[in-house]
Amino acid sequence: MRDIDELIEEAKGGSHVAFEEIVRLTYQDTYTLAYRLTGDEEDASDVVQETYLRVHKGLKKFRGDAQFSTWLHRITANCANTFLGRRGRNRTDELPDDSVVIDLNPASDPVHRADVGDLRNQITDALRTLPPKLRAVVVLRDIYDLPHEMIAAELGITESAAKVRLHRARKRLRERLYPLNSEQGISYEGDGEARAV
Amino acid sequence: MLSEPMQCDDVGTLLAASADDASLLSPPAATHVTSCLRCQAEQAQYRRILRTMKTLRTETVVVQPELLGDVLDLLRPPAEVVKFRRPAEDRRRAAIGGIAAAATGAAAGALVIASKIAGGRRLAS
Repeated sequence: MRDIDELIEEAKGGSHVAFEEIVRLTYQDTYTLAYRLTGDEEDASDVVQETYLRVHKGLKKFRGDAQFSTWLHRITANCANTFLGRRGRNRTDELPDDSVVIDLNPASDPVHRADVGDLRNQITDALRTLPPKLRAVVVLRDIYDLPHEMIAAELGITESAAKVRLHRARKRLRERLYPLNSEQGISYEGDGEARAV
Repeated sequence: MLSEPMQCDDVGTLLAASADDASLLSPPAATHVTSCLRCQAEQAQYRRILRTMKTLRTETVVVQPELLGDVLDLLRPPAEVVKFRRPAEDRRRAAIGGIAAAATGAAAGALVIASKIAGGRRLAS
């Protein structure tokens, strides 16, 4: 299999076959990010298609200063942001950042889920309950490791706004995953860190 | 003059911010955390969530099977799209040609039959 950098150079030179190979190698990862940002399969598919159209148009501008995956994630984030903004205007009102999401389904109750699932699944579920604006920032920063300035640029907000959203999102996640917090006592994990029990 | 010691509520927001960067915790806040089990627990929870979120990076969700084809179709160069569509156009043209030929044949046949009938009537009279 050819290296992604070679494929990028070939695609820049006009090779459609090389570009198709890039799509084949990266579309699952792109879809995963799009799905995490939109929380919906159909919306994620639309975002992926728009992303690759933009990548195709802009590939010659990719200079290789950052990794290709980072560049691709930025474009995906930008497309998802545009898509969610458009959808918010056309279909539903976006949730304000401070709204409280109440899920009455017992299967979604974190205490119940703690018995049947691991923290990864619980986090995945908890992410879906966040308002899109908060979810985008925490996904891009804490899962995909994008720097604050890149996140701010792609979401069209200031860096300080991105940080505020990140801290709010983390707080919401913690409150959802550990609703009892320290009310019932403290114990220590094997790695020496304290935790609520 | 000594400043007021920090309370848990004051430290709460800083703990979310400092989950991946301990330097964001101010010295008074850090002092509070070292002596407060509740804040230590909260800090540990943030770190645990963050560690687990990092592991999600390598996880991919199940993709709809038609997505790759849809994306590749969208990106196919116009020349290839024309080439791809040509067989269908050829089939359509062949079908139209066949119908036209059949109609012409039928009309010719009808003329022959009509002329034979007319010829027979003339002979009989």
